[in-house]
Amino acid sequence: MTRFGAVYGERLLVDVFGSFALLLAFICAVYAFVGGIFAIRTRHPLLIKSTRQAGMATCGLIFIATFSLVYLFFSDSYWVAYVVAHSNRDLSTFYKISALWSGQEGSLLFWSFLLAIYVFSALFAYRNKNGELMPYVGVVLAGVQIFFLTLNNFVASPFKVLASPAANGALEIYTRADGNGLNPLLQYPEMVIHPPNLYSGYTGFAIPFAFALGALLARYPGEKWIHLTRKWTMIAWCFQTAGILLGAHWAYAVLGWGGYWGWDPVENASLLPWLTGTAFLHSVMMQEKRGMMKVWNVWLVFLTFMLCILGTTLTRSGIVSSVHAFAQSSIGNWFVGFLALILVVCFAAYVKNRDYLKSENQLDSIVSRESSFLFNNLILLVSCVAVLSGTLFPVFSEWVSGSRISVGTPFFNKVNIPIGLLLLALTGLGPLLAWRKTSTESLKRNFAGPLIVSLVGGAIFFALGLREFYSLICIILCVFVAATIAMEFYRGTRVVHARSGLSWASSAVDLTLRNTRRYGGYIVHMGMVLIFVGLAGAAFNKDVQKEMKLGSTLQIGRYNLLLQSFESHPEKNYTAERMIIEVSENNKPKMMLYPERRFFPTNEESGTMVAIYSTLRDDLYVVYSGQSPDGQTPVIHAYLNPLVKWIWLGGAIVVMGTFVALLPNRRTVLALASTTEPAAVSELGTVLAPSRAVTLREGHD
Amino acid sequence: MKKQAKFGIGIGVIVVSMGFLAWLGYGESKTYYHTIAELSTLQGDARAHRIRVGGTVEPGSIHRSQGRVDFVLDGEGKQLPVSYVGSDPLPDTFIDKSQALVEGSLERNGSFTAQQVQAKCASKYEAAPTADPPAKTAGASAASEAAPKSSM
Repeated sequence: MTRFGAVYGERLLVDVFGSFALLLAFICAVYAFVGGIFAIRTRHPLLIKSTRQAGMATCGLIFIATFSLVYLFFSDSYWVAYVVAHSNRDLSTFYKISALWSGQEGSLLFWSFLLAIYVFSALFAYRNKNGELMPYVGVVLAGVQIFFLTLNNFVASPFKVLASPAANGALEIYTRADGNGLNPLLQYPEMVIHPPNLYSGYTGFAIPFAFALGALLARYPGEKWIHLTRKWTMIAWCFQTAGILLGAHWAYAVLGWGGYWGWDPVENASLLPWLTGTAFLHSVMMQEKRGMMKVWNVWLVFLTFMLCILGTTLTRSGIVSSVHAFAQSSIGNWFVGFLALILVVCFAAYVKNRDYLKSENQLDSIVSRESSFLFNNLILLVSCVAVLSGTLFPVFSEWVSGSRISVGTPFFNKVNIPIGLLLLALTGLGPLLAWRKTSTESLKRNFAGPLIVSLVGGAIFFALGLREFYSLICIILCVFVAATIAMEFYRGTRVVHARSGLSWASSAVDLTLRNTRRYGGYIVHMGMVLIFVGLAGAAFNKDVQKEMKLGSTLQIGRYNLLLQSFESHPEKNYTAERMIIEVSENNKPKMMLYPERRFFPTNEESGTMVAIYSTLRDDLYVVYSGQSPDGQTPVIHAYLNPLVKWIWLGGAIVVMGTFVALLPNRRTVLALASTTEPAAVSELGTVLAPSRAVTLREGHD
Repeated sequence: MKKQAKFGIGIGVIVVSMGFLAWLGYGESKTYYHTIAELSTLQGDARAHRIRVGGTVEPGSIHRSQGRVDFVLDGEGKQLPVSYVGSDPLPDTFIDKSQALVEGSLERNGSFTAQQVQAKCASKYEAAPTADPPAKTAGASAASEAAPKSSM
């Protein structure tokens, strides 16, 4: 499929432009890599500067290539194969953007694009700092970019054009009148936001990876590279969390099977780096405060990045069958090769420089902050191993025994539910344990209150009828963690309030802004508590399926559904068949729901529009499943799913908490309340005398 | 050494109990993948396992009746009659000629009772046995089209 020797006609050559930009990006990345290695060895300032600029130029060229592809979509360029495959003239603007990542080639370019944003930001932000470390970081990042650019240029190019032999034997480019359109299952808002968030999470972990590997190769002081990468890790983690939750929401609200997580290999692939990334986020605190876990941290971040690559391998290669990808694609081999290369390089770097990773301290006591981090990491890793084994089981079992054996939800849930509960318990315990060793008095002071509150809460729920073992434990722990967080905020706010005279609300805000990492972290933990509450509801899901003639009713829980009528109407690129249902709660009419099925003539496919009425208590989730076998009666499937809304709310709070934690600490001097009288400028010096000003010391994390 | 022992025990307890739960979960959910051709060769215990089979839905074979959906899967030149008895609605992509993966058990008479069905639309871009316009869709690889999130 070569363009050389073909006839161009009068097209604006944006696809040629884009593919040249990609090729130049590849060349720049190679220079950044090779030149970067020489820059490290020779320390020549010109080499250092030019390789850094080449790294930035690589990113700029990738941006240009991506915008070219986007332009091709918007200008309806139906001589480009990728545009033909994923778009058509009728497609709305919103979805023409998302068509960019709806196929293999485009989504790989999108990966490069997001990675380039991170790489550019890192190279630019540190262009005049950390001169000892940055050349190494630049080389690692260039190496990663070279891999993806190889795919973009030579293996899966998005700029291929349609051509067929003309009468004279030469290949002639032809243009289709219209494209094939976007898969209707992708024409939902979630499809527009879920991949960008998730990919931003995956690609974002390349930065901490590059810093860790670079620091190891450069023998750069441990605390410094950890301090540098902290914010990048939090950003990547935040995107990963949002991406996973958006994916779950998409599965729930769009796919219509009533659930949000199926332990499907592709879902698991996004969870794996999140598990190790969360472990890393926590254990770096050990290294910062006590100089411990250095080897562990380095391998955690290596593992996280490798799991990101594994994640995308699993999704694209089809080595494990999934609802998301059945086909075998040879692109998987490239990723497996890259993964092997990363492992070899990391291992070699570790073996060479491991003496620089010696711990400065030992674990003193099992009742300490360090110990809780250790168990946090252990649990997250056990979960990661379990999910990884379960996901790859078919592959391993085939190697070992010849038959492909897969495991399903019972396996994943049996292991991950207890792990989740243990993690929840640690979330409450950890922040209140002291470094090194916690005294018994401190234990009593910190935990007596929350423990009592949580047991009381558990007793109340038990009395109200909650008997399911795990759900009861979950609720007790959720109350426990919430109580510890509330206590922490209360204690800190009380101090600020007493010293400054600000209102309670302002004091709480001030407290948070003075130690954003700690209190932002508490907000994130609170969000996780809400998510666990939401997850606990799943044990009580109910559903009813019924063939409903017009005018008949369906009862589920306290809701009664009456099928009033149905209608069918054509839209721009589909025909919709919609049910009109009146919902009554405890016999009082409450609202209308419109579950729908859409038929897309272009692709001969149909899609479901679920109707959801979501409250904090539960979701009423109604699906129009189609017609009965004899074709006369619509079939309605209604679900009552308790507490699902808590998951999405919790997710929003987790994201907000991460934003707070990313803010720089407020460092102003806090004056005492009595000094705020209006005073003439010349008297200001005496009014704000240093002895009467109070500075809150930054609390330890 | 005492604190080492405490940590060791704590770690050990967690790992062992998780391992035990994993083993239980494995027993409860392990599913063997077989091709349609292999099914007829299965003997004894192998016939009683949970099985997963993939194939293409034979056009015109989908019959919906009360509480079940019957259809025929083609694969490797053989055919397998399937009855889906699960309560979840069949996926929207489950139509004639789609690629389907069914999970369930093999009956005595050689037919298959499915508890779960997954389906993917047959890609429009795989070369048909008859000649297609050459190099027409060079960019569109077979893997990436119809399945919802296959691009990621």
